[in-house]
Parts: sequence; C-alpha cells; structure tokens
Amino acid sequence: MLELIKGTKIDFLGKRKFAFIFSGILSVLGIFAIIQVANGKANLGIDFAGGTSIQLKFEKPIKLHEVRVALEEGGVRDFDLQDLPAVQKILIREKKTHQQLGQVSDTITGIISQKFPDNKYVVDSTTLIGPKVGGKLRVDAGQAVLLATLGILIYIAIRFKFDFAVGATVATFHDVLAVLAVFYFLGKEINLILVTALLTIAGYSLTDTVVVFDRIRENLRTRLKEPVEAVMNTSINEVLSRTIVTSFTVLITSFALFFFGGEVIHDFSLAMILGVIIGTYSSIFVASPIALFWEKKGFLKKRK
Amino acid sequence: MKKNILWRFVLIGVTVLLAIVFFLPNTPLFQYMPEWWKNTMPNKGITLGLDLQGGVHLVFEVEGDRAVEITTERIAQSLKDLLVRKKLTGEVSRSGLLIAVSPNSMEVRKAVEETYPILTPTETGTKLVYKLSDREAERIKDNAANQALETIRNRIDQFGVAEPTIHRQAANEIVVQLPGIKDPKRAIEIIGKTAQLEFKMVDDSSPVAAEIPASVKAGGEEALLSQFSGKIPAEDEILFERIVNRETGEVTKRPLLLKKQTMMTGDLLTEAKVNIDQRFNEPYVSLTFNAAGAKLFEEITGANVKKRMAIILDGSVYSAPVIQERISGGNAQITGRFSMDEAKDLAIVLRAGALPAPIKMLQNVTVGPSLGSDSIEAGKMAGIIGTILVVIFMVIYYKLSGVIADFALDLNIVLLLGAMASLNATLTMPGIAGIILAIGMAVDSNVLMFERMRDELKAGKTPRAAVDSGYDKAFWTIFDSHVTTLITAAVLFQFGTGPIKGFAVTLSLGVAINLFTALVGTKSVFDLINSRQEVKKLSI
Repeated sequence: MLELIKGTKIDFLGKRKFAFIFSGILSVLGIFAIIQVANGKANLGIDFAGGTSIQLKFEKPIKLHEVRVALEEGGVRDFDLQDLPAVQKILIREKKTHQQLGQVSDTITGIISQKFPDNKYVVDSTTLIGPKVGGKLRVDAGQAVLLATLGILIYIAIRFKFDFAVGATVATFHDVLAVLAVFYFLGKEINLILVTALLTIAGYSLTDTVVVFDRIRENLRTRLKEPVEAVMNTSINEVLSRTIVTSFTVLITSFALFFFGGEVIHDFSLAMILGVIIGTYSSIFVASPIALFWEKKGFLKKRK
Repeated sequence: MKKNILWRFVLIGVTVLLAIVFFLPNTPLFQYMPEWWKNTMPNKGITLGLDLQGGVHLVFEVEGDRAVEITTERIAQSLKDLLVRKKLTGEVSRSGLLIAVSPNSMEVRKAVEETYPILTPTETGTKLVYKLSDREAERIKDNAANQALETIRNRIDQFGVAEPTIHRQAANEIVVQLPGIKDPKRAIEIIGKTAQLEFKMVDDSSPVAAEIPASVKAGGEEALLSQFSGKIPAEDEILFERIVNRETGEVTKRPLLLKKQTMMTGDLLTEAKVNIDQRFNEPYVSLTFNAAGAKLFEEITGANVKKRMAIILDGSVYSAPVIQERISGGNAQITGRFSMDEAKDLAIVLRAGALPAPIKMLQNVTVGPSLGSDSIEAGKMAGIIGTILVVIFMVIYYKLSGVIADFALDLNIVLLLGAMASLNATLTMPGIAGIILAIGMAVDSNVLMFERMRDELKAGKTPRAAVDSGYDKAFWTIFDSHVTTLITAAVLFQFGTGPIKGFAVTLSLGVAINLFTALVGTKSVFDLINSRQEVKKLSI
C-alpha cells in the first residue's frame, strides 16, 4: 500500500487563528478586487468593458515596441499590447471605442499592413463588443456567481446541518475571492473565461469540503464523548490523504492544460490551478473552523 | 460468473458500443463505412463551435425607434393629402416621433383621429400634437425586428454561406453565426446595409443650386452642410455623390441639391442583377420594377423630362442622370464605379430588400480558421498528456486497483464523447478544457472509494467486505460532490455565451457519466475479481 500521508495527528483547528488571518487578508483583497472591477478600474477583458481586440499572427518575429510606435503614429489611442513571441502573435486591445464599432479593427490592420509591408500576417481573431453588451455581461456574471453560491448553500444545507452549510459556503466564497485577488494583483485580464473558471472552482472546491464534512458527521455519531474540535481534527487527519490525492489528479490535468492547452485556455488553467490549491487549503483550514465557530456560538447545540 | 455481474458487463458493453456508433462520424473511419450505414446510422456527431472551426458571431440591434420614425413620417405625409382631400386648410409637420397639426379645429381633429385611430394626442393647445400609441409603436418595432431577420436571412442565403444560424434574441437583437466563412468583412457589409433605395429629383431651379460648388474633398461634407444650412429651401436637402477620378483614382464628393420628397423606393423591385458596361468594361446593377413600379416609373420620368433624377442608396447619391425621355418597361440602372464584388453585393441587398430600419452592430467575434485548428491541436495534446499522467499516477499509487480506475477513466472518456455526439453537442475550446478537467475529476470518485476500502481493510475486513462497504460509504460523498459541480455547471449553461455553454455541457456530462463509470464500471470489475474465488489480498 503506497501511502504518502498516513497516521498524521496534526492539530489543524488549533492553527485556525493563523488561517483566519491569512484567509481574511485574501478575502479582503478579493473584495477589493470586486470593487475595482465594479468601478471598471481593473484590467477588464473587452467582453466586460467593451472595445476591440485583434490577434495577429505574423510570418516573421516582430518587436512589440515597433508595433506600439506604429499604432501611436497612426493615431490609435488607449490600447494594450501583448505578445506571444513563441508563436509570433500579437494581441492588440482597444478599450475606449470612440469610432463606430468595426472601424477600429480596420484602422489597426491598415496601419500594420502599411508599416510592416514585408512581414505578412493573418488575422487570427477579432472581437468587437459594444459597451452595452459589456455592461450586461458584467451584471450577468455577477448574478451567475451569486446564483451558483446560493444553489450550493441550499444543497449543502439540505444534505448537512446549517452550520456545515455556512462553513462550506464561506470556504467556497473564500476560494473564489482568493483567486480573483491573485488575478487582480497579477494584472491578469478579468474576463468571461475567468468567471467560468471561478464558478468551476466554486463547484469543485466543495468536493474536498464534502469529503471532510462527511467524515466529521460520521465521527460525530460514533465519538460522542470527545469534544467537537477533537472530532473535527481527527476527521481531517483521517481524510487528509484523499483530500490531497483528489486535488492532485485535477491539478495534473490543469497543469497539462496550462502548459499544452494553447493560449486561449492559458489563464483559465492558471485560475484552475490556483483554485484547486486554495480550495484544498480552505477545506482543511477554513471550512471546519467556520463550522466549529458557528457551533460554539450555539447553533449546533442539538447534538446528543 | 454471477448473473448480475454478467448483466452489468453487458450494460457497459452496450453503452460503449452506442457511444462508438454515435462518435463514428467524427473519426476518419466514417468515410469507409458502407452507404447504408451513413444513411441510417447517426451521421452528425459532435459539431465544432465557431471558436474551433473559424467563423463569425455577430449581434445586431435593430433600431426600432427609427422604424417608428419612418412610419410617423409616412403618416405625416398622408395627413397632408388627407387635409387637401377634405378641403381643410391646415399645416402638418413632423419632428422626431411627433406630428403637429394646426389649426386645432373640430373638423381637423375629427378628420385626423377618425382616419388614424393609432395616433394618440399628447398636446391640444393651439396645435394638435400626436404620437403613435405605445401599442402601435411596440408592434412596429416587433415587426421591424422580424422583417430585419427575414431580410438578413435572405441576404445570407443569396451570398451563399453553409449552415448559417440566424435568430432573434431579446426584443430587438439579431444573432448571426456564419461558420467557416472566408470573407467575414464582406458578409458584415452585406448584412449591415440598410439598402434603402430612393429616387429623388434634383432641384436645379432653386437659385441656391448655382451657389453650390461642383465638388468638395472627401471629408469636407460637414463644412459644406453647415455653410448652406438655413440657405436651402425647406423642401430641399443636400446629399453627396462619390466621384472617383478615372485616371488618378482620387475620391471627391459632389454635393447635389435635391427635393426631399421621395418619388419612388426600392420596394417595387422584382430583380437586380449585375451587368457589364461595354464602354468602360465596368460592372453596373440593372434594376427591374414590377408592374406597379414600372407604371409609376413611367409616370415620373414622363413628367420630368430633361430634369435630373438622383438614384440614392442609404443616403448617398449613386448617379443623377438627366431624364432624356419617358421610360417605359420598368428598367433602371445603378452605376458608380463598382468593383465586381461590390456590384454583386449591391445586387444581393437590393434583391433581398431593404431593412425596415437601420441596424447597429453590438458584437462581432471573428475567429480565423488557423487559430481554431491550433486550438484543437493544443487541446488534444493537453488531453493526451493529462490522461497519461493521471493513468500513470493511479497505477503507481493504487497498483492493480489503479488499473481498474484507469479502465473506468477510459470508459468515461469514450462515453462522454459518445454522449456529446448523440446530442449533436457543440464542442468549443472551453468545452475541451471541460473534458480535460472531467478526466481529472473522473478518477476522484475512484480515489474516494479506494481510500475507503483501505480504511476498511485496515479495520480488518475481508477484501470482499471492504469493497462492498467502501462503495456504500463513499457513495454519498461522491454524489454530493458531483451535485455541487452540476449546480455550477447549470448556472454556467444558463448565463454563458456560446463557448462557455460548451464548457458547461462537457463538464456536466463528464461528471454525470462519471457517476455511472465509477459506480457501475469499477464496481463490476471488483465484483468479478471477488466472485471467482475468495481473494486473500487486495492490490490497492
């Protein structure tokens, strides 16, 4: 029997103060990121902010700053450039659409063709989003996150006791906020794909929490004399290896996506990697302590 | 072998077979299948989303308010005629969505309101001010959106795109999806053109006409309009004709003073086709009117011999020839230095008819074919590497039981592809990511059960009892974790756009199928092993 982790007796709940401080900071940063996103101060993808994005694939390597200079000379304003040198691609994003939708991309490709006549390119993709659509998608995305969390809360409340549901939901919210915070502070683009990843994380990170809670529930029935905190600690230790192994298999596939899945899915995979790691941490260090906290406040006194 | 185990293997075998049959169209093998198979068996398989096969996704907004305005203008015009017919003196003017009628007398009011009950009075002072009733305005907007949908469908059909998707979304939005299109820009122009064809008379009699310069530089239109605003007669307007110098290719604009009144519009057309001008070897579009149009055209030309008539498309003058004689037969032509493609596209939009109101592009996502195929390759690569790594890990960590989990994993992948093919689901790039994540999650169920079995074995149970209670006890944990993933997938499906819907579909199918493969698939293998003889030691 190959076991990486066996017979551990770690006092996870004893370390809940550190966990609360660490997670508290992450959550506050995440809330800060949400406020910035709502105010349009984050690096919003054009699906949320509206604007134009064009991806060009060149025949020969091209220098990013030359493109920048060319576009500035051509009178294009408020744009971001990003390059994928390995595949000779350049991504141009223009957010404040002053011109009529559709003209920006023509202007940009016109300038590039004129300034780099001996480096042919193909337009890999262009995306134009009107400001109205962007605003609607932002609202939709916010609603989706809330709806998903509510759904999970209700389901866990039905299957477990309410205090467990609180623990699970807080842990889930924490995971989503933490990943968002990391993305915000790395300056990564906040877009629909990220929201998709966040929702997937919300659903998946619960797996670990459910595993832990199932064991706690089971042990609470058999170990009536032990204090709840000790039962929780034992339970977490007992399922520690499966918590880590299940996360590890999803991490393997997320890393495969990150390294080989191509640029379209790159940030999505990064979010998944972060989410799985943070989700595993929170199922151990956040979910149970919150449930315990709730219980100590007297909501869980019904146990016989 | 126990009967019940045998039946479970038969069930697994049948589902795998079904999955293969459904997925076959997506494999190169399908082309070698006999004709009867291609005709009678599933032949559609999984469709690739626009992001994978290349193409455009467009969202347009129909400017319904403009359609209401156009109707309001038409009513204002006929109110003028009405007053004349009823021998009432009065003024009718329209501004925006309001029609003002004066004087406010009983006769005028009765005449207007009896003829047009759809008009609602908004002001009854010295003037009578009307607007279309809210219900009528809604009806017009709805009609405009429906008509625009029909017209766009017509245009796309004539342009020739394989398998376009065109549908209405919300009250006034139209979604157009053109997979695999090679020239998206041209398609967008064809869709977006209002194609309002009008014939108006050039006003050469007004003294202002002589003051207007013969041409202005391109871009100088605004300056000229503001220079002449206020000077030109109330019933006139200035529109521009685009002039291209044949030698230098220089573009200039020729301003023309026109009567505002539209003599005729393009809705009386029956045919528009491209011909080649023999003299300059240039394409032009020839128009054929229907019987009513031909009669009207004959009357107009007969009454305006030696005058100039402008042919206007979407507010730009294409030509303004002098009418030499009464024209019968119902033919006209539009010339204007077209390229062959431009002429063809113009003929298409004229044949398909005008849009009832202008449309505005809200969203345009264009993906080139090379990005799509790159994405597929990258997705396959990530999928294969991810699967191999997971398979290896499971064998190392769980030995023979790991092999059983890997069997379930392969079963999972085959059934997932089969299920998607049977639903003719659309595979998108996030969808590929969903499949790959589902692979990682698929073994989770087995991990949970194996760990349970290890617990049971440690507690001193026999292998068979360990398997049974391991499955029983892990079941609800697995079920709960799957349901939470399904909840978020359902939300994603509800809110997501195309590519994200694809993700929700693959993820939720993957998770649902996983329940089957873990609970029926691996369990059956364990039961089979245990049924042969009493197993002393479980390789886990």
